[in-house]
Amino acid sequence: MKIAVCVKQIPDPASPQKLDASYNLARDGKLIMDESDSYGVEMALQLVDASGSGEVVVFSMAPRSEMSGIRNALAMGAHRGVLVSDDALAGSDALSTAKVLAKAIGREPFDLVIAGTESSDGYTGTLPVQVAELLGFASVTFAKKVQVDGGSLKVERQTEAGYDEVVSPLPAVVTVTAGVVEPRYPSFKGIMGAKSKPVETLGIGDLGLTAAEVGKTGAREEISEVREAEARAAGTVVVDEGDAFNKVVEYLEQIKVI
Amino acid sequence: MGLSKIWVLAEVAGGKVSAASLELVSAAARFGDEVTAFVVGEAGGGVESSLAGFGASRLVVITGLDSCLPGSVAAAVMAARAAGDQPEAIFFPASYEGRDAAGRLSAKLDRPVITNVVNLNPDNGSLVAEHAIFGGSQIALSRFTAGAPAIFVVRPKSFAAEENPRSITTETVAAGDIGAAGAVKVVASHVEERTGPKLDEATVVVAGGRGLGQADKFALIEELAGLLGGAAGATRAIVDAGWVPYAYQVGQTGKTVKPNVYIACGISGATQHMVGMKGAKNIIAINKDADAPIFSIADLGIVGDVQKVLPAVIEAVKVRKG
Repeated sequence: MKIAVCVKQIPDPASPQKLDASYNLARDGKLIMDESDSYGVEMALQLVDASGSGEVVVFSMAPRSEMSGIRNALAMGAHRGVLVSDDALAGSDALSTAKVLAKAIGREPFDLVIAGTESSDGYTGTLPVQVAELLGFASVTFAKKVQVDGGSLKVERQTEAGYDEVVSPLPAVVTVTAGVVEPRYPSFKGIMGAKSKPVETLGIGDLGLTAAEVGKTGAREEISEVREAEARAAGTVVVDEGDAFNKVVEYLEQIKVI
Repeated sequence: MGLSKIWVLAEVAGGKVSAASLELVSAAARFGDEVTAFVVGEAGGGVESSLAGFGASRLVVITGLDSCLPGSVAAAVMAARAAGDQPEAIFFPASYEGRDAAGRLSAKLDRPVITNVVNLNPDNGSLVAEHAIFGGSQIALSRFTAGAPAIFVVRPKSFAAEENPRSITTETVAAGDIGAAGAVKVVASHVEERTGPKLDEATVVVAGGRGLGQADKFALIEELAGLLGGAAGATRAIVDAGWVPYAYQVGQTGKTVKPNVYIACGISGATQHMVGMKGAKNIIAINKDADAPIFSIADLGIVGDVQKVLPAVIEAVKVRKG
């Protein structure tokens, strides 16, 4: 089976996030693979293994031909990558990004498209279903268990109360939650091998898109202001000397919880 | 100047409209003259009267595709009606179905969508959205330039649900053919049973994180929550680790809670967690790392080993309660 995995390359969450002068997330530093996409890559590798044959192709859109996140997925075992990188894409919103990824994925047939439920930097959470709609695919979001049985996808999908068993024909888009599988660490051999795996780089012209449809113009929304969220003042901090539990109990009494 | 037409996706579970949906209907009634609520599946009289009570003036009940995912069904019906009815704004709750519906609808109508909305302000016939970025540490103010409808996905508890009775007209429509999404079927539903109040409705929430050390220590969280008549919550880290089911998760990808008191045990306070709980009236944090970000928002912070402090709190509360 042939699976496309959407991978976002994001600023390292360990360093503080900031916005640039046009209120876009600053992506000038080093970008890495979003950890929440490692579950999708692992899921795809396991499904291809289980089916006996096939291919895992990683798709990403990033500035400056950034490839470190794609290489990470290739080091885990994905077969090849497709990167869309174009100056015209700066400032793209989720829908514009979905248009780009749908065009890139739609150039060849896939049985399944896997994505995370939301990115760790922007967490818009709509891109996978937007891609599904643009490709004319079925979609199942928030999967905590995924199986492919013949031509059909079986998913345990999270719900408010528990989970639903959902079946879908292929091709489909599925979004996986963190914890759906345990992502493997790339081996040394995998890391070395990733360097020689093919990564195709495309611009928007290759996808038949124009600058007006993507980037800041295509986003058709403007941020007028960014401010700090209302801060909560810190209260009292006590170092436990064995009796700090009393402080908790006193506080609960004071607010009449007990 | 307000808006003339706003649509809202209203979710119904167990015959009742969800709290988040009523918040959106209530907000829509404040900003718009005519509020249309869309419900997927059967809607009894209770649903109609509760939507009318919070300000909906029209109800569209979508029937016919009961085993399909409701978000896809709603998006297809809304897309088909948007050109004729011309809503200026559409509100979706930030739930599983709400996000699916907003994403599908956005692509169908070729309109952008703003998610993580925590407030909306009317401005000259349109709405300016306040949406949380960077895990809720900053608020961005955005408006659409794409033309109607403006699609917003709103976090729960962003608006108060206020009674605002209007007379309502109800129309039932058949979903029809919704394309590839219509082939996705729910074949079984499983409910993970919990006792006590619901996490997002409880007045007391006791939540645990990695600092508990091991999965079986979560029993302490459950015990204190039970003693205080509250609900147990968890961080994404321990949900991902499989200690507790997803239904316990508080934060960006989990529940948003605003209890009277939130007791964070062994939780360092990742921004993704804090966005889901910093609306609590009182916050108590117990963590052994004095530099943990959770202390920057706690009314009472205890720097200490949660495995020692928590059992002592439990014993003391038991003594208090006799």
